[in-house]
Amino acid sequence: MTTAPPAFPQARVCPHLPPPAYAELRQGPALRRVTTHAGQLAWLVTRYDQARTLLKDPRLSSDRRRPGFPVISVQVVLLTERKRQALIGMDPPEHDIQRRMFLPDFTLKKVRERRADIERIVHEALDEMMEHGPPADLYREFALPVPFRVICRLLGAPWEDRDFFQDAIRRLVRTFDTAEGRQAGAELLAYFEHLVTEYKKTPDSAGLIGRLAGTGQISDDDLALAAMSLLIAGHETTAAMISLGAVTLMENPDQLAAIRADPEAITPAVEELLRFQSIADSANLRVATADIEIDGVVIKEGEGILIPGSLANRDAEVFENPDTFDAGRDAGGHIAFGYGRHQCLGQNLARLELQIALTALWQRIPTLRMTVSAEELTARPPGAIQGIDALPVTW
Amino acid sequence: MGVEGDQRVCIGAGMCALTAPGVFDQDENGLVVVLTEAPSGEAWDKALRAERLCPSGAVRVGRSSG
Repeated sequence: MTTAPPAFPQARVCPHLPPPAYAELRQGPALRRVTTHAGQLAWLVTRYDQARTLLKDPRLSSDRRRPGFPVISVQVVLLTERKRQALIGMDPPEHDIQRRMFLPDFTLKKVRERRADIERIVHEALDEMMEHGPPADLYREFALPVPFRVICRLLGAPWEDRDFFQDAIRRLVRTFDTAEGRQAGAELLAYFEHLVTEYKKTPDSAGLIGRLAGTGQISDDDLALAAMSLLIAGHETTAAMISLGAVTLMENPDQLAAIRADPEAITPAVEELLRFQSIADSANLRVATADIEIDGVVIKEGEGILIPGSLANRDAEVFENPDTFDAGRDAGGHIAFGYGRHQCLGQNLARLELQIALTALWQRIPTLRMTVSAEELTARPPGAIQGIDALPVTW
Repeated sequence: MGVEGDQRVCIGAGMCALTAPGVFDQDENGLVVVLTEAPSGEAWDKALRAERLCPSGAVRVGRSSG
């Protein structure tokens, strides 16, 4: 008797831990069949080595419009409908050409030049939160606004319009209704098309949009879509990591104390948090453009492939005691930012933001604690960037 | 053979410059630059690690120079 392929992705019970059934999937074969949100059969990759091999394989496409692309949420449905794809949904050579246009703003050197600016943004958010509280919502008042402000500055997206951005993005990325999501996506795109036109009229190359607008390197439509995608990708993930990272550290007070005592400890601790949380499974989706033989199975052309970091980053052959949070371990090989040509463009910005935010948080509020238990926090649905939308704290 | 960085395949993730800063850097366009073609000791180990972490295959590290 054969059992039906399990549904994937599954829901987290505790928002800072992977779904309980994933531990069992890790014990099974490296590749297995699963059923997606849309009811498709697709391949699930459960091991680190196979995940890295496949993410680097040029026969895998990221193009959401290709038949067979794994549809794991309403948000993926919306992307399959799009005539134009943003970077995350492009294949080479177009992907590489566009990525190279954005790279100058994301080099390690450029990112490090932003340190003082990020520190100021972090401390201003804490000032404001501490004026109102305790209590406070650490997500709404700290984890969300900090990366939002950082990416707005990098792009040259006006911070004054943050309420519009945040409302429209919430309707786009949180909805279960395709019509609502389509409407919110259209509003955001129209906004950025207008912004690109404005930058062409009044050149200002301080931000990425202004640097590229009207240069002829990229069409106005592609630049508007790219700006919208970078705004979303540039804060949603980091906001989730700041808040879930804070939860994991508060759940491990001894390790938090060790990190606070050693200024250098935050660097490996952030890598371990990235590994431990693995919030961006929804980014590692592909479809095969040819038959691919791997590990004794054949992935047929047109079949979808899910390569979740939440499984690969807990492969016991690579990370000893993978379910243990160990801030001192060498977690640097994790694929929380993906792997291959689509690896996160903003990863070094995210690292720096997390290091600064999670250091400043306890410098300023040493007695910070949650007012609910971690289990009482509400996890996001499977298919979304994992995270929380509220984190009640006091001090 | 020492350390090589292929700008044609590089995607500018910056993992090499982050992992082995004395051996690799990024140019202003974000692409890999080799600073030390024949590193030794700890720098060599870091270069090997950078090769393992490089997401694009642009970083290649050959036989140890001793």
